[in-house]
Amino acid sequence: MSGPNTNYDPVEVSALDPANVDAAVQEALTAIAGAGSLDDLKAVRIAHQGEKSPLALANREIGALPPSAKAEAGKRVGQARGRVGQAIAARQAELEAERDERILVEERVDVTLPAVRRAAGARHPIELVSQRLADAFVGMGWEVAEGPELESEWLNFDALNLGPDHPARQMQDTFFLDPVDSGLVLRTQTSPVQIRTMLEKEPPIYVVAPGKVFRTDDLDATHTPVFHQIECLAIDKGLTMAHLRGALDAFVRIMFGEETRTRVRASYFPFTEPSMETDFVCFACHGTGHDESGAQCRSCGGSGWIELGGSGMVNRKVLRACGIDPDVYSGFAFGLGIERALMLRHGVQGMHEMVEGDIRFSQQFGMEV
Amino acid sequence: MRMPLRWLAEYTDLAPGTSGADVAAALVSVGIEEEDLHGGDITGPLVVGRVLELEEQVQKNGKPIRYCVVDVGENGQMLTEGKHQEIVCGAQNFEVGDLVVVVLPGATLPGGFQISARKTYGRVSNGMICAEDEIGLGHDHDGIIVLTRLLGEEASADLKPGDDAIALLGLGEETIEANVTPDRGYCFSVRGLAREYWHSQGSPEGGFRDPALVETPASNDLGYTVRVEDDSPIDGVAGCDRYVARIIRGIDPTRPSPAWMQQRLTQMGMRPISLAVDVTNYVMLAVGQPLHAFDVDKLSGSIVVRRARPGETLTTLDDVERTLSPEDLLITDGGEHLLAIAGVMGGASSEVDASTTSVLVEAAHFDSTSIARTSRRHKLVTEASKRFERGVDPALAATAAQLAVDLLVEHGGGTVDDGVTDLDRTTEPPAYLLDVTEPSRIVGLDYSRERVVKILRDLGCTVDESGQGTDETHVLVTPPSWRPDLVNDSPGPDYAEEVARIDGYNNIPSVTPTPVEGQGLTHGQKTRRVVADALAGAGFTEVLTYPFVAESLADELMLPADDDRRHAVRVANPLSEERPLLRTSVIASLVDALRRNVSRGHKDVALFELGLVFRPGGPLGRAPIPSVLQRPDADTLEQLYAAVPDQPRRAGLLATGLVERAGWWGPGRAADWSDAVAAVRTVATALAVDVVVANDPGHAPWHPGRCARLTLPDGTLVGHAGELHPKVLAALDLPPRTVAAEFDVDVLVSASAEPVQARPFSTFPPALTDIALLVRSDVAAADVEAALCAGAGEALESVVLFDVYEGERVEAGHRSLAYRLTFRAADRTLTTEEVNGFRDAAVAAAATATGAVQR
Ligand SMILES: [Zn+2]
Repeated sequence: MSGPNTNYDPVEVSALDPANVDAAVQEALTAIAGAGSLDDLKAVRIAHQGEKSPLALANREIGALPPSAKAEAGKRVGQARGRVGQAIAARQAELEAERDERILVEERVDVTLPAVRRAAGARHPIELVSQRLADAFVGMGWEVAEGPELESEWLNFDALNLGPDHPARQMQDTFFLDPVDSGLVLRTQTSPVQIRTMLEKEPPIYVVAPGKVFRTDDLDATHTPVFHQIECLAIDKGLTMAHLRGALDAFVRIMFGEETRTRVRASYFPFTEPSMETDFVCFACHGTGHDESGAQCRSCGGSGWIELGGSGMVNRKVLRACGIDPDVYSGFAFGLGIERALMLRHGVQGMHEMVEGDIRFSQQFGMEV
Repeated sequence: MRMPLRWLAEYTDLAPGTSGADVAAALVSVGIEEEDLHGGDITGPLVVGRVLELEEQVQKNGKPIRYCVVDVGENGQMLTEGKHQEIVCGAQNFEVGDLVVVVLPGATLPGGFQISARKTYGRVSNGMICAEDEIGLGHDHDGIIVLTRLLGEEASADLKPGDDAIALLGLGEETIEANVTPDRGYCFSVRGLAREYWHSQGSPEGGFRDPALVETPASNDLGYTVRVEDDSPIDGVAGCDRYVARIIRGIDPTRPSPAWMQQRLTQMGMRPISLAVDVTNYVMLAVGQPLHAFDVDKLSGSIVVRRARPGETLTTLDDVERTLSPEDLLITDGGEHLLAIAGVMGGASSEVDASTTSVLVEAAHFDSTSIARTSRRHKLVTEASKRFERGVDPALAATAAQLAVDLLVEHGGGTVDDGVTDLDRTTEPPAYLLDVTEPSRIVGLDYSRERVVKILRDLGCTVDESGQGTDETHVLVTPPSWRPDLVNDSPGPDYAEEVARIDGYNNIPSVTPTPVEGQGLTHGQKTRRVVADALAGAGFTEVLTYPFVAESLADELMLPADDDRRHAVRVANPLSEERPLLRTSVIASLVDALRRNVSRGHKDVALFELGLVFRPGGPLGRAPIPSVLQRPDADTLEQLYAAVPDQPRRAGLLATGLVERAGWWGPGRAADWSDAVAAVRTVATALAVDVVVANDPGHAPWHPGRCARLTLPDGTLVGHAGELHPKVLAALDLPPRTVAAEFDVDVLVSASAEPVQARPFSTFPPALTDIALLVRSDVAAADVEAALCAGAGEALESVVLFDVYEGERVEAGHRSLAYRLTFRAADRTLTTEEVNGFRDAAVAAAATATGAVQR
């Protein structure tokens, strides 16, 4: 053990005086509490916790104490510095929280400002309706078939039992090409796709064929020279008109809802025998033929039914022309106009909107119809 | 085909209180579609009026309007104010003194249209002078009804103003209009429709009274001479296989047809003309056999039916001189003088007229194909041709002639010649051995043998259950003479339709078919959806344009003389002579949609279309038209497919105005060439297809300095993108700086067909290094980038051009391209020395390839 500290300075040592330590702590706590900002608190920390702070000085004095006094003084100063440190940390947390809070408030923006800087594009609803129908049938195990729009007359007419004398082959309906004896036309129906499919594939065949078709009608509210059809063709062993009805009912449900009822009646088409015409119950008036005010229903013209389209069992002659044995296989086919379905399902007023290409038309539909 | 309910009730039983709507619904149930319902829904006053005064004034819109004073008897204003009715009328086809049909205030017209006095064109109109369509009499709306013209002078001689026109015109009675399908020619008669209505009621025993069941005398030698000399039958079918001629002499030409007959004809939408003509029309409507009446005194002694000779002409009743084709079948007087185009329309010279006292009634059966072709060739559709084209009952000729003869004698006096001509070469249709289970198999609903046989007999078929070949499941069926549609080489499905129809189509169950396996959408179909969705996602709006374009378009698009896109398919009968060609690119028709949008005030427009274009590459070839009796052989099929010109599926897009909007964030950004290129790149990225971009200074219709050529890495052309040529934009009246792209979707489909092979990627840290290269301004950035990639080696992960500088700080004619190169090795962290080495190699490669100098 060494002798008495010859450097002992009573003045200096007074920093360790308990009263002085308490005073320094009180002074620090007051300053900490009074720090109004993180910057203030930083100054307070330097003054009361820094190297030149009273408590730091007191701490330094401990070394000069006699060993017997060191422990007690050290404890006292350590507690004092701990109290000050905790107070600074607490105040620091408080002030940081206040600052964070304030920043969030300051950073507020008006999120109702217009946010889309790039105009949205859109799909054409004709395409979306075609996709919807195709997808539903694909889901039932069918496939999607396609063919060219400029088609041979044989595929568009002859093979479909539309012989040379059929009215549809005359100039008033069909776009013929130059030279007129080219044997080529703009297809008047999607049915040549049926023929191509039957020529190229072995039964069983279950295909839907959506596509563009052409007739020499001038554009008006209900006609357009270029329009879209979707056709279904099934060829298999043992297919009956009951299956045809089943497929048609599926079609109607997909387009107009689960509850839609249908009725069928005999009709005539050269490519089918027997032939069938299908009506579905008007979705606007639910078959009553009039609206709530009692006026004639505009969707169905008062009959309560809307014509869906022609269908039937594929004519044996058509099967034969495609090399399919009509004694082994039977099949059915049906088709409908997509524009008309769109008018009915989406209340489109007329053909003009669908064919003019005004961006407002496509843009009002989403990407799924 | 129209049918008044009362006429229907003559041939079949109609329960009391049956409405037109009931009958229509019943007919629909057996497959006869209702077209319309007429009559029965008019409530008066609807009266005869006589025009007393008219004052015509042309309106501001150029339309002349007539202010009329009409005598309507003791009705209307006469009743309330003691003066004649004042009515405003827009039609021009009448004069003072004409008898017209007037609907007065308080009346209701078809469709619930209520009539009241109302002010129109500046004056009060107390009712309306009616046109045919307004009162459900016909579809004519060319002018108002003038009764003397509608009913004839004689029939209207006794009419007085104020007479009830509802009764006069038979409008109080409901008339059904049915849509007759081509296979049911017999339904072009009240007889046929009555039979169908009877079927709809379950074909009750004795419930159908056939008007054609009349006694007819046998043919004899005393009849008028008729020869059929058809030396060129169509497809071997004789043009005329039955010709009945009967003669009545001493008819009083002043006698009109009876009022009831005139009313029926009016209800059916036909005009009463004279007794002889009205009778032939009436019998035709009743039983379906077209008849023709000739004035015997204008004939020289024999009728010859033959084909026309080249160059022959005939002026038909409609006053049109027609040049005949050798396929046209004619009725001639003695072989030389032409009387009529058989089964279509008579000539003017032999017609019955006001002085005719002797009439020859023709009831013939003509080949449907021959009549159909003639009708179409001359664009002449008549009541007769409509019926012959669909097939007339060949057994009817003698009956119909007899019905006409009886009516002529009854109402016109005169006597019938004893001579009867009936040249009959018709044959009974063959019996068909029907499997009675076939209808069940086709329809999918069980019908008993008894049910099938009963239905066939009700339809008029003869069913032999014991003849050659019959057994438990087979019977011999002979169709009735009025059903030529049931005569073909495999009528099983036709009989199935008849059974299903009479039993009720709505009894057919609904069974969802269950295909065994489907492959889903093809890669091509899915790819097209991705292309369209990607473009829509990139801000383009899909439109569908007509493919018809003008001949001048190729020049407007500045296509070079040898450009394949100048080989366009020409439509022989275009809707507009101004647009006779089919598009060879999508942009060719998409410009129409852009112009329309701009004209409607849309400034910022981005459009796209996916569709086929027509690329014949030269004149069209000839597609064969093989027989349909069997599958064409392989060679023929190949020719058939090969003759169809190439129709690639392409996508086109156009953009003008802002692609990024102006707003609170600052100014917008106008579409430029880069948006068009980016759109194609976006599509390629969506399909994981790499495309290479090059400057293309010579591809119309693009700006030579702002056109990108996009190819696959193997050089296959994908398409072009950029800004359109300013001259093209001016020629097509499109906004300046419009940008466009067009690309081949089929190429992208093939390019994306193989499954993408995943590349491994490193988890070591990347090393980034920036370089600035000085290159001549005509060096393509794509070439610099390609050289950098080639030189940098395996460790290069990406190259990004982050700055392009051209200006005073670099040498004139040059520009500075600043790239950030990112390197990363698969197996280690690269050292600075390694990265510097790679960088230097990349720069060296760029220097060699493009003359680039590192700054
Ligand atoms: Zn309705």
